[in-house]
Amino acid sequence: MVNRYENVLIETVTRLLIPAMQLFGLYVIAHGHGSPGGGFQGGCILAASFILMVISYDIKELKSRMSENLNTILCAIGVFIYGGTGLLCVILGGNFLDYSVLHKILPVDPIKARYMGMLMVEIGVGIAVMSVMISIFLNIASRGEHEGALN
Amino acid sequence: MSILEIISIILILGGLFFFFTATVGLIRMPDYYCRMQATGKGDTLGAVLCLSGLALYNLDSGLSFANIIVSIKIMFIAIFIFIANPTATHAISKAGIDCEVKPWTKKKEVQS
Repeated sequence: MVNRYENVLIETVTRLLIPAMQLFGLYVIAHGHGSPGGGFQGGCILAASFILMVISYDIKELKSRMSENLNTILCAIGVFIYGGTGLLCVILGGNFLDYSVLHKILPVDPIKARYMGMLMVEIGVGIAVMSVMISIFLNIASRGEHEGALN
Repeated sequence: MSILEIISIILILGGLFFFFTATVGLIRMPDYYCRMQATGKGDTLGAVLCLSGLALYNLDSGLSFANIIVSIKIMFIAIFIFIANPTATHAISKAGIDCEVKPWTKKKEVQS
Protein backbone atom coordinates (compact mmCIF):
# COMPACT_ATOMS: atom_id res chain seq x y z
CA MET A 1 0.00 0.00 0.00
CA VAL A 2 2.80 2.39 0.85
CA ASN A 3 4.66 3.45 -2.26
CA ARG A 4 8.41 3.11 -1.90
CA TYR A 5 9.28 6.63 -3.10
CA GLU A 6 6.22 8.36 -1.74
CA ASN A 7 7.77 9.51 1.52
CA VAL A 8 11.40 10.01 0.60
CA LEU A 9 11.71 13.07 2.84
CA ILE A 10 10.66 11.19 5.97
CA GLU A 11 12.93 8.25 5.16
CA THR A 12 15.96 10.46 4.58
CA VAL A 13 15.50 12.44 7.78
CA THR A 14 14.84 9.24 9.70
CA ARG A 15 18.08 7.79 8.41
CA LEU A 16 19.84 10.89 9.72
CA LEU A 17 18.12 10.93 13.10
CA ILE A 18 18.14 7.28 14.19
CA PRO A 19 21.93 7.04 14.86
CA ALA A 20 21.85 10.30 16.81
CA MET A 21 18.91 9.06 18.86
CA GLN A 22 20.64 5.79 19.68
CA LEU A 23 23.82 7.60 20.68
CA PHE A 24 21.80 9.89 22.93
CA GLY A 25 20.05 6.88 24.46
CA LEU A 26 23.40 5.30 25.33
CA TYR A 27 24.54 8.65 26.78
CA VAL A 28 21.46 8.84 28.99
CA ILE A 29 22.04 5.30 30.24
CA ALA A 30 25.73 5.89 30.92
CA HIS A 31 25.13 9.19 32.73
CA GLY A 32 22.11 7.99 34.67
CA HIS A 33 23.82 8.22 38.06
CA GLY A 34 25.47 11.59 37.43
CA SER A 35 22.78 13.62 35.70
CA PRO A 36 19.06 13.39 34.90
CA GLY A 37 18.26 10.15 33.15
CA GLY A 38 18.87 6.51 33.86
CA GLY A 39 18.19 3.04 32.61
CA PHE A 40 14.47 3.41 32.01
CA GLN A 41 14.71 6.72 30.18
CA GLY A 42 17.65 5.64 28.04
CA GLY A 43 15.90 2.39 27.20
CA CYS A 44 12.82 4.34 26.14
CA ILE A 45 14.91 6.54 23.83
CA LEU A 46 16.56 3.48 22.28
CA ALA A 47 13.15 1.86 21.80
CA ALA A 48 11.81 5.09 20.28
CA SER A 49 14.54 4.98 17.64
CA PHE A 50 13.48 1.48 16.60
CA ILE A 51 9.79 2.44 16.70
CA LEU A 52 10.58 5.42 14.46
CA MET A 53 12.21 2.97 12.04
CA VAL A 54 9.03 0.87 11.99
CA ILE A 55 6.81 3.91 11.47
CA SER A 56 8.80 5.44 8.64
CA TYR A 57 9.80 2.21 6.87
CA ASP A 58 7.97 -0.99 7.74
CA ILE A 59 8.23 -3.94 10.10
CA LYS A 60 10.37 -5.93 7.65
CA GLU A 61 13.08 -3.28 7.93
CA LEU A 62 13.19 -3.69 11.70
CA LYS A 63 13.14 -7.48 11.42
CA SER A 64 16.22 -7.42 9.16
CA ARG A 65 18.15 -5.50 11.83
CA MET A 66 16.68 -6.92 15.02
CA SER A 67 14.94 -10.27 14.77
CA GLU A 68 12.26 -11.37 17.20
CA ASN A 69 14.57 -14.02 18.66
CA LEU A 70 17.29 -11.45 19.38
CA ASN A 71 14.71 -9.14 20.92
CA THR A 72 13.44 -11.82 23.29
CA ILE A 73 16.95 -12.88 24.22
CA LEU A 74 17.92 -9.26 24.95
CA CYS A 75 14.85 -8.87 27.16
CA ALA A 76 15.90 -11.91 29.21
CA ILE A 77 19.52 -10.72 29.35
CA GLY A 78 18.49 -7.32 30.69
CA VAL A 79 16.44 -8.81 33.51
CA PHE A 80 19.27 -11.26 34.19
CA ILE A 81 21.83 -8.45 34.56
CA TYR A 82 19.54 -6.55 36.92
CA GLY A 83 18.59 -9.53 39.07
CA GLY A 84 22.07 -11.02 38.86
CA THR A 85 23.68 -7.86 40.25
CA GLY A 86 21.21 -7.83 43.11
CA LEU A 87 21.69 -11.50 43.90
CA LEU A 88 25.48 -11.12 43.65
CA CYS A 89 25.26 -8.60 46.47
CA VAL A 90 23.25 -11.08 48.54
CA ILE A 91 25.80 -13.82 47.84
CA LEU A 92 28.66 -11.54 48.90
CA GLY A 93 26.99 -10.86 52.25
CA GLY A 94 24.95 -7.66 51.82
CA ASN A 95 21.32 -6.88 51.19
CA PHE A 96 19.63 -7.15 47.79
CA LEU A 97 21.11 -4.41 45.54
CA ASP A 98 23.50 -3.26 48.30
CA TYR A 99 26.32 -2.43 45.89
CA SER A 100 29.02 -1.53 48.39
CA VAL A 101 29.84 -5.20 49.06
CA LEU A 102 30.84 -5.50 45.40
CA HIS A 103 34.29 -4.17 46.35
CA LYS A 104 35.18 -7.74 47.34
CA ILE A 105 35.24 -8.78 43.66
CA LEU A 106 35.91 -5.44 41.92
CA PRO A 107 39.37 -3.84 42.23
CA VAL A 108 37.96 -0.60 43.73
CA ASP A 109 36.98 0.81 47.14
CA PRO A 110 33.36 0.53 48.45
CA ILE A 111 32.26 4.00 47.30
CA LYS A 112 33.47 3.38 43.76
CA ALA A 113 31.93 -0.09 43.90
CA ARG A 114 28.54 1.52 44.62
CA TYR A 115 29.00 3.65 41.51
CA MET A 116 29.89 0.62 39.38
CA GLY A 117 26.99 -1.43 40.71
CA MET A 118 24.55 1.33 39.88
CA LEU A 119 25.91 1.47 36.33
CA MET A 120 25.55 -2.32 35.93
CA VAL A 121 21.93 -2.25 37.11
CA GLU A 122 21.10 0.63 34.80
CA ILE A 123 22.60 -1.11 31.78
CA GLY A 124 20.41 -4.13 32.57
CA VAL A 125 17.30 -2.00 33.00
CA GLY A 126 18.03 -0.15 29.75
CA ILE A 127 18.35 -3.34 27.70
CA ALA A 128 15.20 -4.84 29.23
CA VAL A 129 13.10 -1.70 28.75
CA MET A 130 14.24 -1.29 25.15
CA SER A 131 13.39 -4.81 24.05
CA VAL A 132 10.12 -5.02 25.98
CA MET A 133 8.92 -1.73 24.50
CA ILE A 134 9.79 -2.84 20.96
CA SER A 135 7.98 -6.12 21.55
CA ILE A 136 4.85 -4.43 22.95
CA PHE A 137 4.78 -1.94 20.06
CA LEU A 138 5.15 -4.64 17.40
CA ASN A 139 2.44 -6.82 18.93
CA ILE A 140 -0.04 -3.99 19.29
CA ALA A 141 0.68 -2.29 15.96
CA SER A 142 0.46 -5.42 13.80
CA ARG A 143 -2.23 -7.18 15.86
CA GLY A 144 0.23 -9.91 16.81
CA GLU A 145 1.11 -10.85 13.22
CA HIS A 146 4.52 -9.09 13.11
CA GLU A 147 4.40 -8.40 9.39
CA GLY A 148 3.22 -5.88 6.84
CA ALA A 149 3.42 -2.11 6.76
CA LEU A 150 1.56 0.07 9.21
CA ASN A 151 -1.22 1.78 7.32
CA MET B 1 24.95 44.62 30.99
CA SER B 2 27.48 42.84 28.89
CA ILE B 3 27.23 42.49 25.13
CA LEU B 4 26.40 38.76 25.38
CA GLU B 5 23.43 39.50 27.63
CA ILE B 6 22.08 42.07 25.18
CA ILE B 7 22.43 39.68 22.23
CA SER B 8 20.75 36.86 24.14
CA ILE B 9 17.88 39.13 25.21
CA ILE B 10 17.33 40.14 21.58
CA LEU B 11 17.39 36.48 20.46
CA ILE B 12 14.96 35.32 23.17
CA LEU B 13 12.57 38.20 22.46
CA GLY B 14 12.66 37.29 18.76
CA GLY B 15 11.91 33.69 19.65
CA LEU B 16 8.99 34.76 21.84
CA PHE B 17 7.64 36.84 18.95
CA PHE B 18 7.67 33.82 16.65
CA PHE B 19 6.03 31.66 19.34
CA PHE B 20 3.35 34.33 19.69
CA THR B 21 2.65 34.44 15.95
CA ALA B 22 2.53 30.64 15.83
CA THR B 23 -0.03 30.57 18.63
CA VAL B 24 -2.13 33.30 17.03
CA GLY B 25 -2.02 31.33 13.78
CA LEU B 26 -3.06 28.16 15.58
CA ILE B 27 -6.09 29.88 17.07
CA ARG B 28 -7.15 32.12 14.18
CA MET B 29 -6.41 30.06 11.04
CA PRO B 30 -9.47 28.47 9.43
CA ASP B 31 -8.49 24.87 8.75
CA TYR B 32 -6.07 22.00 9.33
CA TYR B 33 -3.39 22.80 6.73
CA CYS B 34 -3.19 26.50 7.57
CA ARG B 35 -2.78 25.68 11.26
CA MET B 36 -0.11 23.10 10.44
CA GLN B 37 2.01 25.54 8.49
CA ALA B 38 1.60 28.33 11.05
CA THR B 39 2.68 26.20 14.01
CA GLY B 40 5.28 24.24 12.08
CA LYS B 41 7.22 27.27 10.88
CA GLY B 42 6.67 29.53 13.87
CA ASP B 43 7.49 26.93 16.52
CA THR B 44 10.65 25.80 14.77
CA LEU B 45 12.17 29.24 14.39
CA GLY B 46 10.98 30.37 17.82
CA ALA B 47 12.47 27.37 19.57
CA VAL B 48 15.78 27.71 17.73
CA LEU B 49 16.04 31.43 18.51
CA CYS B 50 15.17 30.90 22.19
CA LEU B 51 17.70 28.07 22.55
CA SER B 52 20.43 30.09 20.84
CA GLY B 53 19.75 32.94 23.24
CA LEU B 54 19.96 30.59 26.22
CA ALA B 55 23.22 29.11 24.95
CA LEU B 56 24.75 32.58 24.65
CA TYR B 57 23.40 33.62 28.06
CA ASN B 58 24.96 30.51 29.59
CA LEU B 59 28.37 31.59 28.26
CA ASP B 60 28.02 34.94 30.02
CA SER B 61 29.00 33.61 33.47
CA GLY B 62 32.52 32.69 32.39
CA LEU B 63 34.14 30.90 29.48
CA SER B 64 34.99 27.71 31.39
CA PHE B 65 35.00 24.19 29.94
CA ALA B 66 31.73 23.15 31.67
CA ASN B 67 29.87 26.20 30.38
CA ILE B 68 31.02 25.63 26.81
CA ILE B 69 29.94 21.97 26.98
CA VAL B 70 26.48 22.96 28.24
CA SER B 71 26.14 25.53 25.43
CA ILE B 72 27.14 22.94 22.84
CA LYS B 73 24.48 20.56 24.20
CA ILE B 74 21.85 23.30 23.95
CA MET B 75 22.87 23.94 20.34
CA PHE B 76 22.55 20.19 19.64
CA ILE B 77 18.94 20.38 20.86
CA ALA B 78 18.39 23.38 18.56
CA ILE B 79 19.81 21.48 15.56
CA PHE B 80 17.65 18.47 16.40
CA ILE B 81 14.52 20.64 16.53
CA PHE B 82 15.51 22.33 13.27
CA ILE B 83 15.70 18.96 11.52
CA ALA B 84 12.88 17.06 13.21
CA ASN B 85 10.12 19.63 13.55
CA PRO B 86 9.56 20.40 9.82
CA THR B 87 9.70 16.68 9.09
CA ALA B 88 7.00 15.99 11.66
CA THR B 89 4.90 18.79 10.20
CA HIS B 90 5.34 17.30 6.74
CA ALA B 91 4.35 13.84 7.99
CA ILE B 92 1.21 15.11 9.73
CA SER B 93 0.14 17.16 6.69
CA LYS B 94 0.72 14.15 4.46
CA ALA B 95 -1.41 12.02 6.77
CA GLY B 96 -4.13 14.65 6.36
CA ILE B 97 -3.89 14.43 2.57
CA ASP B 98 -4.03 10.62 2.75
CA CYS B 99 -7.19 10.85 4.89
CA GLU B 100 -8.66 13.32 2.34
CA VAL B 101 -9.10 16.28 4.63
CA LYS B 102 -10.46 19.03 2.38
CA PRO B 103 -8.67 22.39 2.35
CA TRP B 104 -10.68 25.42 3.38
CA THR B 105 -12.12 27.60 0.62
CA LYS B 106 -14.18 30.74 0.72
CA LYS B 107 -17.18 29.18 -0.99
CA LYS B 108 -20.22 28.74 1.20
CA GLU B 109 -21.26 25.25 0.08
CA VAL B 110 -17.85 23.70 0.82
CA GLN B 111 -17.85 25.11 4.33
CA SER B 112 -21.10 23.42 5.41
